[in-house]
Amino acid sequence: MRASLPWQIALALLAVVTGGVLQLATAPGGGPGNVWPALGLVALAAAATLAMGGRPVAQAALLFVGAHGAAWLLLSGVAGHEGQAGASFYLALSGAWLLAWRCVTVLSMLKPASQGEKRLLGLIIPLIFGAWVLILWEAIVRGAGIPFLLLPPPSAIAERIGVSTAVLAADFRQTVLKAVLAGYIIGCGAGFIAAIAADRFLFLRRGLLPIGNMAAALPIIGVAPIMVMWFGFDWPSKAAVVVIMTFFPMLVNTVVGLSASGHMERDLMRTYASGYWPTLFKLRLPAAMPFIFNALKINSTLALIGAIVAEFFGTPVVGMGFRISTEVGRMNIDMVWAEIAVAALAGTLFYGVVALVERAVTFWHPSIRGG
Amino acid sequence: MNAIASHKPAPAIPVTQSGVADVVAASKLGLVFNTNDGPVQALSNVDLTIGKGEFVSFIGPSGCGKTTLLRVIADLEKPTSGTIMVNGMTPEQARERRAYGYVFQAAALFPWRTIADNVALPLEIMGISKAERAERIRRTLELVNLAGFEKKYPWQLSGGMQQRASIARALAFDADLLLMDEPFGALDEIVRDHLNQQLLELWARTNKTICFVTHSIPEAVYLSTRIVVMSPRPGRVTDIIDTNLPRERPLDVRESPEFLAIAARVRDGLKAGHSYED
Amino acid sequence: MDSLQSKIVPVGTLLAILVVAWYAFAVMLNGPFQRDLDRRAGETPGQLEFLMRTWSQPKPTLPAPHQVAQNFYKSTFTVKPWSNRSLIYHAWVTLSSTFVGFAFGAALGILIAVGIVHFASLDRSLMPWIITSQTIPILAIAPMVVVVFASIGITGLFPKALISTYLSFFPVAVGMVKGLRSPEVMHLDLMRTYNATRPQVFWKLRVPASLPFLFASMKVAVAASLVGAIVAELPTGAVAGIGAKLLNGAYYSQTIDIWAALVAGSLVAVMLVALVGLAGRITDYAMGGRPA
Ligand SMILES: Nc1ncnc2c1ncn2[C@@H]1O[C@H](COP(=O)(O)OP(=O)(O)O)[C@@H](O)[C@H]1O
Ligand SMILES: [Mg+2]
Repeated sequence: MRASLPWQIALALLAVVTGGVLQLATAPGGGPGNVWPALGLVALAAAATLAMGGRPVAQAALLFVGAHGAAWLLLSGVAGHEGQAGASFYLALSGAWLLAWRCVTVLSMLKPASQGEKRLLGLIIPLIFGAWVLILWEAIVRGAGIPFLLLPPPSAIAERIGVSTAVLAADFRQTVLKAVLAGYIIGCGAGFIAAIAADRFLFLRRGLLPIGNMAAALPIIGVAPIMVMWFGFDWPSKAAVVVIMTFFPMLVNTVVGLSASGHMERDLMRTYASGYWPTLFKLRLPAAMPFIFNALKINSTLALIGAIVAEFFGTPVVGMGFRISTEVGRMNIDMVWAEIAVAALAGTLFYGVVALVERAVTFWHPSIRGG
Repeated sequence: MNAIASHKPAPAIPVTQSGVADVVAASKLGLVFNTNDGPVQALSNVDLTIGKGEFVSFIGPSGCGKTTLLRVIADLEKPTSGTIMVNGMTPEQARERRAYGYVFQAAALFPWRTIADNVALPLEIMGISKAERAERIRRTLELVNLAGFEKKYPWQLSGGMQQRASIARALAFDADLLLMDEPFGALDEIVRDHLNQQLLELWARTNKTICFVTHSIPEAVYLSTRIVVMSPRPGRVTDIIDTNLPRERPLDVRESPEFLAIAARVRDGLKAGHSYED
Repeated sequence: MDSLQSKIVPVGTLLAILVVAWYAFAVMLNGPFQRDLDRRAGETPGQLEFLMRTWSQPKPTLPAPHQVAQNFYKSTFTVKPWSNRSLIYHAWVTLSSTFVGFAFGAALGILIAVGIVHFASLDRSLMPWIITSQTIPILAIAPMVVVVFASIGITGLFPKALISTYLSFFPVAVGMVKGLRSPEVMHLDLMRTYNATRPQVFWKLRVPASLPFLFASMKVAVAASLVGAIVAELPTGAVAGIGAKLLNGAYYSQTIDIWAALVAGSLVAVMLVALVGLAGRITDYAMGGRPA
């Protein structure tokens, strides 16, 4: 008998009723925001879900349609009437949001049978959450009439991205394809070589490891103005910042990884009278791979941050950091958001590529095999 | 994570001749694990009753379902077929009444608590007053010969002492049933002999019912009043052997002909179970 | 003790080598300009004199270590700590927003982690985003946040602390989720045999088990928080803070000032991380942690 009336549904119905009453009192004829149809849709979906009983997949589908249909009605209704939304608009919105919450809860409780279904669910649930962040952002910015100058709604940002693809692409090329990639490759490579050297000589390892560990905490990004003075305004100075930022994580992780192989395995190699280099290549480096990839992943984000922030200190008139700082100055906030969206996408893709390579290289590791 | 309770109407409580409910009564008990590689029949058709004050050992090769059976009694797994009652209740009800103490294969002490605080853990959870807790900690630590180690942390104790502390933790709240899953499996033989002796003494003094999982034949024969022999694929009971050794058992009882005869019978039972699958 | 000594000598040696190399680089980098200067002045200094001159330029390409040390000493100990010229003042400005941001970020991170561990729907919908967001160069939004808040009249500590909050919240949330889920199955089963309630399992098992994870992630978070505060001081010519000091130095090519500010920032970072580490040690000790 438990959970016959889920609290999200109960609250959604409450929101619909209150919203309806308020709407009758203030603007029975409609007003901006398609409030009446949205309220109706939420009520319908909530009631139908209750009537349907225990069929989770159908329930989730119904809730999904109800929540997002209502959201779409509200958003398309409020566009062009910015700042005129009343309490009933927000009540209808929260009703729709509660339905989406219920939808996610129902989906979370599903026990998928196959691996494919599991993966699909693992994608749908966070996507619904992400969609609602955008929906609420859009609805509140437009509903409350927040000036686009301060916080543009997602639709305006998307529009901006569409209009400015050429500029965004040029910035991406300058920052990511030149500064980030060059700096990342040199920095990670140098860190790796230093780690091998440190591994050969105990003295070096004892000295470098504490220094490297401490460097992780330092605001290394502060060297950016110095690098700009040394290497000029163009991308090499940004690449230099990236080199310094990515060097230490790679060094520390590789050194730790090289001692990750077990004693038994190393003794085994000894019984084969295997020398330093064969042991390194056949045993210790493969065993260190998870650590090395950990550094590569950390560095993928650090590299982007380093290059973008370094551009705040001066660049030729192209680059993501340059664009962000100048457009902020001109209060073209939508362009800034567009640039941030590109940066986020670039960061996720970069990380994703490294993670894919990792899966291929360290397929044997328990965390990849899946337990 | 939560108990998936299946409140079936309780069948009539099985009652022994003496009129007291059995501590454990299982009939046609079965359990299937649904794994990624398909279903695994961990228990099948287990019939078993355990009376009050008995010391029952479960023995069998690894993978034969000993742990699973103990976990079903403890309501840590739900059977997929058959019925099981603990103290005349469902295992869930028994667990809610804190009817048993469970000793795991590893000591499973909390590293951030002292030995005394570890023993206090179940008492805190059961809402027992501070004064009462102190008294019980003292008593149970004495019972397992750990008096004087209250302030030590688990990692400052040897493996055998840690396992004794975990037994003290299981005894602290005075449940009448003790479920022990290979509690001495990870210890060396010398320590194990010693702990076996102490366990017998403790059993004699407290008159608890003990279910004891092991894969050592001498251990099973030495400790038990009854030995349940199990075999794998599917996990099932192949033999139940009553031992009629006296309750008072010095270690050298293990050289007596009675002891050796029982051990031989257990060995035969294990072999029979094996030939089944080969 | 032994391990400390076995570290001090190598670290000391490496740092000494670093200082020597630094002086050498200073000669290399400042040399051409010095030669230029000397030629224009019609002087021909001797070898030693030339070296000294490369190490004492007012705006060198690479200031020598003693120049940085002098500048640092002068602007730390010889001026009033609340004056605009004091590094202590600037470090304090940065530190205060770091600290406020970190406190809120850590609290938020813990709260979210508790929610994620207890509600399946939060776990499934929020956790993927938290992990994804770690791959995003979040620092890029710092200037925008500062400028947008400034345009509605909010300046000073709040916007900077907001960025620090944002940066420190992610590591704490991720670490704490890991920590709250770290108890072994056996320990969880044990609690189940006691029929322990969810709050009991939480307070007696999950929380103590998560503390090492919490402190490890707070070390990362406090460092991120400081970087956030410094970067937030870059746009629109903030007047105070280590970031403002860096920007000013870059603007007027006061390289020695930049390096001194960097040293100050590094000291603050080391101090903050050490402080969190100390808090972690104390907690660990109070929980009977095994001496490492
Ligand atoms: N949680 C589980 N999920 C799937 N299979 C399990 C699980 N626990 C045990 N099994 C399987 O059930 C069988 C019996 O296991 P167990 O009771 O642990 O055996 P024993 O304790 O006698 O060694 C084994 O085949 C084991 O692989
Ligand atoms: Mg077992």
